[in-house]
Amino acid sequence: MTGEDPWARLARLTPARIGLGRAGAGLPTIEVLRFGLAHAQARDAVHTPMDAGEVAAGIEALGFTTLTVASAATDRATYLRRPDLGRALSEDGLAVLTQEPAEPVDLAIVVADGLSARAVHEGAAGFLTAFKPHIDKAGWSLAPVVVATQGRVALGDGIGAALKARAVVVLIGERPGLSSPDSLGVYLTFAPRVGRSDAERNCISNVRPAGLSHELAAFKLEWLLREALLRGITGVSLKDGSGVALEAAPRSELLGDASKADPAS
Amino acid sequence: MPYRHVVGPKTHVFADLATLMAKATPVRSGDRLAGIAAETAEEGMAARWCLSEVPLAEILARPLIAYEDDDVTRLILDGHDAPAFAEIAHLTVGDFREFLIKASPETLTRIAPGITPEIAAAVSKVMRNQDLILVARKCRVVTKFRNTIGLPGRLSVRLQPNHPTDDAAGITAAIVDGLSYGCGDAVIGLNPASDSVSTLSGLLHLFDDLIQRLAIPTQGCILTHVTTTLDAMNLGLPVDLVFQSIAGTQKANASFGVTLPILKEAHEAALALKRGTVGDNVMYFETGQGSALSADAHHGIDQQTLEARAYAVARPFRPLLVNTVVGFIGPEYLYDGKEIIRAGLEDHFCGKLMGLPLGCDVCYTNHAEADQNDMDTLLTLLGTAGCTFVMGIPGADDVMLNYQSTSFHDSLYIREVLGLKRAPEFEAWLEQIGLTDADGTLLPEGPSARLIAAAPGLSGDLAA
Repeated sequence: MTGEDPWARLARLTPARIGLGRAGAGLPTIEVLRFGLAHAQARDAVHTPMDAGEVAAGIEALGFTTLTVASAATDRATYLRRPDLGRALSEDGLAVLTQEPAEPVDLAIVVADGLSARAVHEGAAGFLTAFKPHIDKAGWSLAPVVVATQGRVALGDGIGAALKARAVVVLIGERPGLSSPDSLGVYLTFAPRVGRSDAERNCISNVRPAGLSHELAAFKLEWLLREALLRGITGVSLKDGSGVALEAAPRSELLGDASKADPAS
Repeated sequence: MPYRHVVGPKTHVFADLATLMAKATPVRSGDRLAGIAAETAEEGMAARWCLSEVPLAEILARPLIAYEDDDVTRLILDGHDAPAFAEIAHLTVGDFREFLIKASPETLTRIAPGITPEIAAAVSKVMRNQDLILVARKCRVVTKFRNTIGLPGRLSVRLQPNHPTDDAAGITAAIVDGLSYGCGDAVIGLNPASDSVSTLSGLLHLFDDLIQRLAIPTQGCILTHVTTTLDAMNLGLPVDLVFQSIAGTQKANASFGVTLPILKEAHEAALALKRGTVGDNVMYFETGQGSALSADAHHGIDQQTLEARAYAVARPFRPLLVNTVVGFIGPEYLYDGKEIIRAGLEDHFCGKLMGLPLGCDVCYTNHAEADQNDMDTLLTLLGTAGCTFVMGIPGADDVMLNYQSTSFHDSLYIREVLGLKRAPEFEAWLEQIGLTDADGTLLPEGPSARLIAAAPGLSGDLAA
């Protein structure tokens, strides 16, 4: 045994807040403040509006075209109380998507604020940077990337249908945890149309610097999307086999900045 | 048959009992989302007034979901204890509120089997928060497995050592941390990130080994689906308690992949293991307002009444613990601290009135209009109301499920403020290992080094 505080040693075994010490029946002041700051950041992640213009500009800089729409939830308070409205396009939004007749495409990508605009601000362009080489390599045809405000995952169903896409990918800010205000979720739905259930989607969760890297998430999405387009399904009947593919893949298959990709992280 | 209530020039009409009960419910976002909440404050009060004049016998005679359509309704009516109900059969809902406020603990124990969830929910709707606290405090519900839970003046804690990847050393470290604050007498209960049987096997052995090695008078539970736990029992794995999330309608339970026969099978399998030392309450259920609406299985009934019906599902299985996870579901069901606090008190009251060992995960998510101050308030109210158990989570931050609950420290707070003790067997163990004094207060220099040394996988040079 070393002379180190044993709780400091144990604290390295888990991200949970253990070994905090106590002041009588209370927390040490520093821990009250740490918790308060983490909660404040999570709250800000929920309530800071997404800067759709900025997000769209970042995506266009990667060589994509974009469209911007809003869901039928008119503000954050409505969005939080009425998930049904966050899943539906606003009338204006539908008009934006249908003003020009769409040619059928393989893929539509939606970038939505969800419950953390911060996750989108900090992660959407980075993820698309990692995913674009996969699109180019596979030769998938692509609709304009749709940036959507006050959106939930199922908003992608109506967007994908309006854009005549075979599959839709929704990048969305996940519900912030106290220690993860910046987590992006990636949802894939084959044959999107209004009324799809969550059991008909595949999800890649916890995409953030301290979680799943952009490169690895893009690798998983490429695997799922290829299988989905081949087999015509997504959801519970399409199990994520990318882990096996990853073990078999040479490092160069991890497109994007492969030097930072760490399958173990 | 429609119900009517006249306020001045206006007659409020409620199409049926379900509508009346929904409109009488203190307003919350989930009932609004379902389109069944009162539309004005006056309509809400008119409904409450009208409901207070409805006889309990009429509520019993008018099932909110038809007997033929729903096995929870059948469970409620087939198992109804008519002799226990006879004592209150002549009362209206409003009379029943006054009866409860005046009743002795013995009376409440006697009538509990005669109280249907709809009756409990109805009376709660005409009760203020203080009524919910006053009556729940008088209800006596005691359950046993390796210790005795629910005695007056006591509050137990579920130690919840969740880890994002189910890492054994990380989980063990969180358990030892919780034990060093005197938490874990309700259960050491983990929500696993993975539901594979191989993960479950490792975790069940870890918990069993830890509890045996330290000779802790408590029980362990891995909160996985009941069918997975059944598989584990069939494999001979060491299962103390069977866990399952349940809801108040057959259709909502089906969405959880659970039926009454499956619960019965698992209950019997756990009883056959005879792993309890002081009692044989082997089930652990979790519930929460909004689950039926979330599964599109609410039948136009308000979420609080459906929550009480979930307790009717639990009741025949004589559970050790029933936990309402009150703020976990999100603001579309309970919007803010005020709605979460009211729901927590309602759930605790209804469960206790029906004779169940109700605990509460006093909690919220980051998209709800709530914070740790609201949790302090609800914890203090539930401690006052005689709540059976609450959660103990490191720093109140669940790093696997991404929500905030109550911490190990919060349990110290509520014990000091309200003088609440732990389960007696667990309290004696804490004193015996030198963690607390005879009064149950933590000693400044507890034996945490010895706890660490005795815990599987934490002794030795981990730094290497």
